Amino acid sequence: MLFFSFFKTLIDNQVTVELKNDIQIRGTLKSVDQYLNIKLDNIEVVDDIKYPHLSSVKNVFIRGSVVRYVHLPHNAVDVTLLEDATRREAANQAAKAK
Amino acid sequence: MMENLTLNDPPPPGPQSGGPMPPVLGGRAPPLPPQPQQLPPQMFTTAAQLLDLTDKKLLICLRDGRKLTGILRSWDQFANLVLQSTVERIYATLPGAKESSALKGYYADKPHGIFLVRGENVLLLGEIDLDKDDESPLGFEQAELEKVEKLAKERKVVEKAKEKNKLKQLATLGFEGEASGEIFL
Repeated sequence: MLFFSFFKTLIDNQVTVELKNDIQIRGTLKSVDQYLNIKLDNIEVVDDIKYPHLSSVKNVFIRGSVVRYVHLPHNAVDVTLLEDATRREAANQAAKAK
Repeated sequence: MMENLTLNDPPPPGPQSGGPMPPVLGGRAPPLPPQPQQLPPQMFTTAAQLLDLTDKKLLICLRDGRKLTGILRSWDQFANLVLQSTVERIYATLPGAKESSALKGYYADKPHGIFLVRGENVLLLGEIDLDKDDESPLGFEQAELEKVEKLAKERKVVEKAKEKNKLKQLATLGFEGEASGEIFL
């Protein structure tokens, strides 16, 4: 659940979501759920010439399973905190496995 | 079942419902900046996200590249969807169309009726801005269905060949193509 929590800290930030079909959608992160489905507001499509069908769309719900990358704003991520949390999560998992 | 779901309902059972957030981002770390996590956890469920979109006119992109518009009437946690008055919009870009071209391609609409879409085939759902709905997408013109279908089919053959070639080249470098060309635009 670490990355679910992590994405929740990024709500209201500008992110770019790259899908497995190469389309890139930039928008304000509005919501995320346990499957890492993502909801974006005020979207714009990078390279929208190739993808004309989203021109009249203002907000999208993206199914988590089709996301390849989420590009995050640099200053919204506390890397040290995330590293720390990741180690703790790993330690928890290791303790559970024993 | 859907009528009863509101943001005020208790969150569904599951790891995320266990009281305060798990200690992964807290602990002895320095004091956190104001956390949006204090929003109620039921804001962060599939149900809450899809609830806003219910009974609205949506654009649905499927994994095979189809674009549907329809009114979302029902759904579940897998994003299985029921759509009413579904219309498939077929786009065909002209061969050699560039960003600067005035006419980049054609589109046509194909009415279908009621659709039940299995969640795994859904790429994304977009809410359509009804003010902009009547405008044609920039650089695209509406044309007869048969013409557009034929053009789209030709384009698909070309794209498929390109994709196959790409996968072949990647394979020689030891890469396995992600999704093996299954996902189209």
